[in-house]
Amino acid sequence: MSAEAALQHTEQPSVWAGGVSPFGVSWQKLMMWIFILSDAFIFGSFLVSYATSRASVGAWVDTGKVFALHVGGSEIPLLLIAIMTFILVSSSGTMALAVANAYERRKKQTVYYLFLTMLLGLTFVGCQAYEWTHLIVDYGVRPWWNPFGPPQFGAYFFTLTGFHGLHVLSGVIYLGLIARQVAKGVYDRRGSYANVEIAGLYWHFVDLIWVFIFTMFYLF
Amino acid sequence: MAEHVQPHGEQVGAVHAPIRTYLTVWGWLFVLSAIAYFVDIVHLTGWLKTVLLTVLALMKAGLIMAFFMHLRFERLNLIYALVAPLIFLVAMLVGLVPDGVSVLLRR
Repeated sequence: MSAEAALQHTEQPSVWAGGVSPFGVSWQKLMMWIFILSDAFIFGSFLVSYATSRASVGAWVDTGKVFALHVGGSEIPLLLIAIMTFILVSSSGTMALAVANAYERRKKQTVYYLFLTMLLGLTFVGCQAYEWTHLIVDYGVRPWWNPFGPPQFGAYFFTLTGFHGLHVLSGVIYLGLIARQVAKGVYDRRGSYANVEIAGLYWHFVDLIWVFIFTMFYLF
Repeated sequence: MAEHVQPHGEQVGAVHAPIRTYLTVWGWLFVLSAIAYFVDIVHLTGWLKTVLLTVLALMKAGLIMAFFMHLRFERLNLIYALVAPLIFLVAMLVGLVPDGVSVLLRR
């Protein structure tokens, strides 16, 4: 073997050469990221479809008025959605604290923040249940008809918020299962709290999607 | 913040931000959401509203992905592999919305 070949042999192998982890993450985390990317495309397709439909009808529904709340005799536009956004951003914060505590393997604090996140998630879904009931029962909104404007509004409202709400609800169940594992000491025995971080990726993604639904559906 | 950043951390999940960083990001998310809400209720319209809301949404998305989802602390090739495909969503938006506009013009 020449000196040059020997030198090459001691160099770092390419990250793509196989036998190493090119992304530097566990396969569980990579799979969650791939799921998130595919889910981003589902929501992205919904939002692009909504934008195209909305562009094709011209005048749209005044969402500020539809989602207003009466506070002390005056009507504050979009207040319900602002509160829901506040709740979901809060839940993302408590989830980040759960993950930060999981890194330090603080079992009690991790469970505490996971429960707080679930509670905020359930509050969010509760607000959404109120919003749906209000629109369906009081205004008679249907996927094919509504009293506010173009009929497309109902279809996109139910699809976007319904699909997102389903993700929040699934997330609450997912976090519940993870919290149970933490409380039972499964991750202490395994020596790794990585599953809490992976559940956190999902939860933050649901918040990330809300950023775009909030901006494109409610604010525009 | 910069002293905690080691994008080529070898141990999985070993590199992360201190709790103070999470709280700062959390605070900024509240501030940016509040600004977006006020952009809407003061009835800004047209390009100004579009640009402001788009920039605010992308800033929030960036903060969530970089810190809450820890992309800031992952290898660069993972970041590229996850962010690059999103260009197709932008392409879909740019490709389809003009279709909606042309339908409107034919009504």
